[in-house]
Amino acid sequence: MEGATTAVAIAVAMIAAATPLIFAALGELVTEKSGMLNLGVEGMMLVGAVSGFAVEATTGSGILAVAAGAVAGMALATLFSVLTLALLANQVATGLALTLFGTGLSALIGKSFVGMPLPGLPHLAVPGLSDLPLIGPLIFGHDLLVYLAIAMTFGVHEFLYRTRPGLILRAVGENHDAAHAIGYPVLKIRFAAVLFGGAMSGIGGAYLSLVYTPMWAENMTAGRGWIALALVVFATWKPARVLAGAWLFGGVSILALHAQGSGVAVPSQFLNMLPYLATILVLVLISRDRTRIRLNAPACLGRSFYPTV
Amino acid sequence: MSFDAWPRLEPRGEPSPAMVWLTPVIAVAATVVSGMILFTLLGFDPVATLQAYFITPVSTRYGLAELALKATPLTLCAIGLATGFRANIWNIGAEGQLTIGAICGGGVALAAWGHEGPWLLPVMMVAGVLGGMGWAAIPAWLRVRFNASEILTSLMLVYVASLLLDYLMHGPWRDPEGFNFPQSRQFGPDALLPIIVSETRLHLGSPLALVAVFSGWLLLARSFVGFQIRVIGLTPLAAGYAGFNQRRLVWITLMIGGGLSGLAGVIEVAGPIGQLTPSISPGYGFTAIIVAFLGRLHPVGILAAALLVALSYIGGEAAQISLRLPLAVTGVFQGMLLFFLLASDVLIRYRVRLGASSHRRPAPAAQGIR
Amino acid sequence: MSIPVRDGAATAGAAIPGAASRLPDVPRLEVRRVTKRFPGCLANDCVDLVLRSGEIHALLGENGAGKSTLVKIIYGVLEADAGDLLWEGRPVRIDSPATARKLGIGMVFQHFSLFESLTVAENVALGLDGRERPAALIERIRLVSQRYGLELDPDRHVYNLSVGERQRVEIVRCLLQQPRLLVMDEPTSVLTPQEAISLFETLRRLAAEGCTILYISHKLEEIRALCDSATVLRGGRVVASVDPRTQTAQALAELMIGSSLMSPQRSPATTGAARLQVSHLSTTSDDPFATELKEVRFAVRAGEIFGIAGVAGNGQAELLAALSGEQPVSDPMMVRIDGEPVGNSGPQRRRNLGLAFVPEERLGRGAVPEMSLSDNALLSGARTQGLVRQGMIRRGRSRAFAERIIRSFNVVTHGYRAEARSLSGGNLQKFIVGREILQEPKVLVVAQPTWGVDAGAAAAIHQALIDLARQGTAVLVISQDLDELFVLCDRLAVLFQGRLSDSEPTGQTSVEQIGLLMGGLFEASIAAAAARNAALAGKETSHVV
Repeated sequence: MEGATTAVAIAVAMIAAATPLIFAALGELVTEKSGMLNLGVEGMMLVGAVSGFAVEATTGSGILAVAAGAVAGMALATLFSVLTLALLANQVATGLALTLFGTGLSALIGKSFVGMPLPGLPHLAVPGLSDLPLIGPLIFGHDLLVYLAIAMTFGVHEFLYRTRPGLILRAVGENHDAAHAIGYPVLKIRFAAVLFGGAMSGIGGAYLSLVYTPMWAENMTAGRGWIALALVVFATWKPARVLAGAWLFGGVSILALHAQGSGVAVPSQFLNMLPYLATILVLVLISRDRTRIRLNAPACLGRSFYPTV
Repeated sequence: MSFDAWPRLEPRGEPSPAMVWLTPVIAVAATVVSGMILFTLLGFDPVATLQAYFITPVSTRYGLAELALKATPLTLCAIGLATGFRANIWNIGAEGQLTIGAICGGGVALAAWGHEGPWLLPVMMVAGVLGGMGWAAIPAWLRVRFNASEILTSLMLVYVASLLLDYLMHGPWRDPEGFNFPQSRQFGPDALLPIIVSETRLHLGSPLALVAVFSGWLLLARSFVGFQIRVIGLTPLAAGYAGFNQRRLVWITLMIGGGLSGLAGVIEVAGPIGQLTPSISPGYGFTAIIVAFLGRLHPVGILAAALLVALSYIGGEAAQISLRLPLAVTGVFQGMLLFFLLASDVLIRYRVRLGASSHRRPAPAAQGIR
Repeated sequence: MSIPVRDGAATAGAAIPGAASRLPDVPRLEVRRVTKRFPGCLANDCVDLVLRSGEIHALLGENGAGKSTLVKIIYGVLEADAGDLLWEGRPVRIDSPATARKLGIGMVFQHFSLFESLTVAENVALGLDGRERPAALIERIRLVSQRYGLELDPDRHVYNLSVGERQRVEIVRCLLQQPRLLVMDEPTSVLTPQEAISLFETLRRLAAEGCTILYISHKLEEIRALCDSATVLRGGRVVASVDPRTQTAQALAELMIGSSLMSPQRSPATTGAARLQVSHLSTTSDDPFATELKEVRFAVRAGEIFGIAGVAGNGQAELLAALSGEQPVSDPMMVRIDGEPVGNSGPQRRRNLGLAFVPEERLGRGAVPEMSLSDNALLSGARTQGLVRQGMIRRGRSRAFAERIIRSFNVVTHGYRAEARSLSGGNLQKFIVGREILQEPKVLVVAQPTWGVDAGAAAAIHQALIDLARQGTAVLVISQDLDELFVLCDRLAVLFQGRLSDSEPTGQTSVEQIGLLMGGLFEASIAAAAARNAALAGKETSHVV
């Protein structure tokens, strides 16, 4: 029973660690499916984290705080859209700029919030069910955003593969010239997809500062935005696989933490390297299969669209 | 929202050569204006802050030397990055390569502690360059062998490198007489770069950066390898058609980038820092991305851009001391600078038409379809 | 001209005010004085065009005459600077393809607007504005494709389809909207002659049902066979409106080009040793969209031009990559240059052995758009012309080489500093062909030598290729244009689904026979050849008797 309780505690922590990655990666997945490569996920997450934290600290409202995270992410995403869609800037360079800018901006905004404690978000409490041993905490005991993340995974899948707007979005990412020739508004569709990505990254960031830690620290995402980008490749642009991949990564980082706590004789720094090394490993395993990448990656990914005549 | 209402872009027949060098100026101007707005929002007097930020720090000889000192690692990293960016090889892990360069060079200095000689500094330099190259070799190999995105692998390795440095500082390389502070011994005099301007910290590393600028220009503008780098970056299919070996170019550009970043790392520890500490760079490797773009991926432009961006570092520190301006403003400044540059770059290939486009005519008098 | 009477009301209709659109003599679409200017070029200059209901109307013109611009204005992709469009007598503004489709205008693009990773049904759905349920749509696709003889499986992914099948997807997509004007942009350029004939049957049936068809082409024979009327564009202006059935192909060509066409001079080839040998060439690819080559074998001799025909997507790209070295193959013996095995070598070594290469995509493979002509001369000429010494570029020499190309091949440009993308298609192709020819190759491989090139440049390029061959170079031409291959080549073979047919001397084969091969009917073609030979033999016999 003791062991089982520990296992459940680890699983619960793993799910929490995976949740910001799920949000950010799902958002980026939709963005990339429309043909846009936004490397600014890390920046959008940071700005989302600090905005969410600031709103929670000043208003005390969890819902407002999460919404603020989403809005902040969308604000940065708008900046990205203006540059890449309207001004045809290189998407890779603009994404990098977004991350650098978001890092600086979040540090500036967060200056007065460093070290401030927060209560965190309420957890689900289903009478009877949440108090069940093992199953209670594992299935019914998470905070609400965990369930939202899982629901979004299926929502994004349904949207992309079962609805007409989803079909149009995929078409735009596959061949923007053809979509334009048929008469679809390529720029508007991409703008919407980038905004969605921004909102999701912002929520993912807010989850970190509101629930996961919960506190604000400069650069607190520690590369999670980049790991989310890698997750999209790992998932070969399929939403359900994002969920699996994120849980896998959550598992790696929680196991590293847990190993530290239980006094494994490996220096903590090496354990902390594991998520990053796992990201590299996973990228290598997926990318080597060029056929699979070719079949699943949006063909226009990262290419600017100028309606040529 | 309607995109039709926006000012429209019309392609120019040929890219404007004037705009290539004018857009960085426009970007700097726009950043300064936005900076003044930002200062006002933060509750500072914009003009006084601007003065404290951009003018006071470089109004002394010492200040100018500090400027060159900070520009040195930025230039080195940015030239390496630019070589890759030209070829569409997105090495964004210069920070990690710099860290490993510092570890390798610094490691040599620590290993030789007690039996030094004039041979030490060159050996440290070589070790730093090789260390940076070795670290960059990982994304190069993963890209060439497994097609893995060098953007993500090189970035992940930044975190790994800094954790490795942290481990060394807390563990095996900690100064035995350092009261448990996480830092190494002070390097001996033979492991330090000689000062070239007295009463400043300007050292021999800065002339080395100038050598890198010249070599970078020679490589990109005059050599056949540089030509191949440019072709592969502009049109990969044409490079394949001409028979340029793409894998070889991935290796070349990443080795140049890693080597120069590693050199920057060893120069930092053998220069102004003088020992290994857990934080040897205030993000030079990332800021170098901005420098590379601001300098138009051209070595001479990079030199100018590095001086400008170095000013934002020094100014940030100075304004923090004199006005208590938050240091994070520097990061915001640097990010804005790159945004404005990317935004104004559109002027090189397009001209902006305000109002209704010449391609559209007013709706005819007759009604459209219902 | 007789007015077809469709129903009883038609004759009376003339008297009813407001029923103008039902009058048969009100044109379906009238284009009045449409003008469209691009930076540096007047693409359409006061163009008039009248399309009547149920007619098949040809829009004829050279590359760059302004056909595509006009069609894009009609389909709402572009808007005209001046002029009016009248749909069934009413002035309309067509500001988007969606508006065009609402009016009843459908378009089949030359470069298909299809999405490779999506299914046929999804592609069709994207072309429709309706909110039909997928199951109902699939049923409609089946019905329409049966009715018009356009066989399609709605569940297949487009990347699995041949080019001909892709065109069927486009046509079905249009037909499901029940268009009253169907625009077809160069539809037969991707079809075998037999597929083209069956397309004509479909179009005639549509026209008989009252649909107007605007048919864009520069292939004169097919316009004479298919179309009721023709409008000829030259340099952005309408130069003639004629009944093509009453004109000779020669007359139409002269209207289109503005002068009489010079056909290239081809003397009989005196062939030497095989310079390019390909044997048992098979490829595998990790690109799921690629065609794999199967046991391709042929040889090109010094002094001859060898042609490979075939519909695009049958392995041409893969064959070209295997020949140029961009995609080396496992066994060196599969490709030999002057006897030297090079199958596993890259492009550099093959160039050193005397191979030159003109790729299909001139901008973006054969030339770097943003680079100057002197840099583009360096692109493939670096080694053979000694433009690099000790790793450094000899800039003076590459300029001189670029200038020599410009001079020798009459490339219209303002000098070696001009960016490649500033040249017209024909001039850039002359530059690239010139760059390869001036390197005095032993073997020259050319893909689509005159695709999208104006007639003057095309004639110059054809003559240059023939002259090069007669000087002892082995020339391989891979093209989809059968007319071009028959003009140029001494021998012809056909590539179909990665297999190459046996070659035939050009004089002993026919467009029909090559067409059968292009459709994969290797046996039928052999039978046809046998029948032809038998018939010839019969004639001779009877003659003797």
